Amino acid sequence: MRAAAVRGLSRHALVWVLGSFVVVPLLYAVISGFKTTGDLTTDPAGLPHPWKVSNYTGILSSDTFWRQIGNSVLIAVATTLITVAAAALAAFAFARYAFRGREFFFTLFAAGLMFPPAVAVLPLFVLLRSFGLLDNPLGVILPQAAFALPMTLIILRSFFRTIPAELEEAAVMDGCTRFGFFWRILLPMARPALGTVSVLAIVTSWNNFLLPLLVLGGQKWQTIPVGIQQFQGQYATNYALVIAYIVLAMVPAIAFYSVAERQLIGGLTAGATKG
Amino acid sequence: MTEPLTLPAAAGDRRRTARTPRERGSRAPLGRRLRGWAATTWFLLPALLLFFLFVLIPIAVALYTSLFKWGGFGRPEDFVGLGNYRKLAADPVFRGDLWRGLLIVVLSLVVQLPIALGTAVLLNQRMRGRAVYRAVFFAPYILSEVIAGVLFGIIFLPGSGLADELVGGLPLVGGLAGKWFSDPGTALPTLFAVMTWKYFGFHMMIYLAGLQGVPAEILEAAAIDGAGPWRRFRSVTLPLLAPTLRISVFLSVIGSIQLFDLVWVTTTGGPTNSTETMAVTMFQFGFKRYQMGYASAISVAMFLISMVFSLLYQRYALRRDLEGAVTSAGGAR
Repeated sequence: MRAAAVRGLSRHALVWVLGSFVVVPLLYAVISGFKTTGDLTTDPAGLPHPWKVSNYTGILSSDTFWRQIGNSVLIAVATTLITVAAAALAAFAFARYAFRGREFFFTLFAAGLMFPPAVAVLPLFVLLRSFGLLDNPLGVILPQAAFALPMTLIILRSFFRTIPAELEEAAVMDGCTRFGFFWRILLPMARPALGTVSVLAIVTSWNNFLLPLLVLGGQKWQTIPVGIQQFQGQYATNYALVIAYIVLAMVPAIAFYSVAERQLIGGLTAGATKG
Repeated sequence: MTEPLTLPAAAGDRRRTARTPRERGSRAPLGRRLRGWAATTWFLLPALLLFFLFVLIPIAVALYTSLFKWGGFGRPEDFVGLGNYRKLAADPVFRGDLWRGLLIVVLSLVVQLPIALGTAVLLNQRMRGRAVYRAVFFAPYILSEVIAGVLFGIIFLPGSGLADELVGGLPLVGGLAGKWFSDPGTALPTLFAVMTWKYFGFHMMIYLAGLQGVPAEILEAAAIDGAGPWRRFRSVTLPLLAPTLRISVFLSVIGSIQLFDLVWVTTTGGPTNSTETMAVTMFQFGFKRYQMGYASAISVAMFLISMVFSLLYQRYALRRDLEGAVTSAGGAR
């Protein structure tokens, strides 16, 4: 009994050591946001004296910060809607119908996963420029949706496959069209899978940096990650203010994570353990 | 593939073709087959259009522009054949990128993934607050690379950052104080430390999910047979976790091929290229020096490396795990 207690305690100690490596930088960020930069560099490990709230309040009352949040939300939502809609339609066809070239096209989509988006970003820029989509949110939304397609499609297809064919036959008997079945019966049934893929698409879009950096050069459409980098460039040595900015930028991500934790982790790990 | 002429007919016929959704094999009469194709096309069209326009065509464009000496404006006209690739093969920076990429992969395999595995095994046991610990370890993964990069740039400020304060006077790591990202000898290890902070929780989550598939009965049986904890881990847990481990290795390698954000925000590849990656080199040449032809060649090289690696890895390592790798790959970005 005592040995077990000791083991339990040492396990907790180990987790705490590991956990402190994760938490200390985050805690440091939150606290440092309340400091002056002088305070931050002379006593990085100490508490602020005095606590200065103007870093945070200044950013919260600036239009730029809120505009970037708004842009990021708009781009994430639009990306997700487009990718989930396109992938759901295609996954339906892939899951339920036999047609010539099905395996070829599916493999083509699946192969998209092997190619990190960074590979295509330069020619994408060239292409978007010729489409006139630079400095236009669509220039980020459409490529992001395209790159999110493969995974969305694969997850949805495997979910659609679990829905029995009899259900569709019954719906067709009752006069339901193919699209009617898809829209009124299949999609509502697939809500958990749709939730998972949407959450994945939102997080990926929210954190995306390289493409928005290239495409959304002007202030107007900047997203949060690009805005952070811009802000850092602008206030290079005002470290406390820069830290306050990133802390505030963390809040939506953490909030979203706490709401959608189950879908996010489910989506990320579902496939990994199937093998 | 897109059959605009048959589409109106298909719309009217949809009900009839839908009656036998599973019978549309190659033996069906031609007319019905065409209608089936047309109806399916409607479902596939948006996805195919997006995928062709924004994934496949860019890759083709890069292949084309990589054959030119091109500043990025107007039409590429100065055809150089494989000249850019020859230049690339001889470029010490690009060779360095490959070497550093390999180093990051190796470090991930021997440091980051074992830490993740250890944590997963630890948190797979019943203990108080387990859910909270898991959430905490995973938290860095959901923050953007830019946030992590800016934060650690400030933590590792030489001379006045938190890291200096913490390691100052300690044996072994004390010598790092004042260097970190600013010294060519320590910049890459520092970057790797940040990567570990950011990504080990993701791998831990994958392992935790994989550990759910290790039946408790087998572990109990092994314990009854006298196997100690280490032996049980080595001979039962590890082999059963092998498919999960292979996938996590795959994601780790693909992730390091496209490593950009974290590097760009912390060091922009410096000092003296010591943290530069392929993606950073591509960005430098394409968007800072306007050598788009050369930068396209780097893109193509990245593409080829990902493709060759993926194919070989799936052929020889993943085999039956393929489906799984495919499903979670996007998540590790």
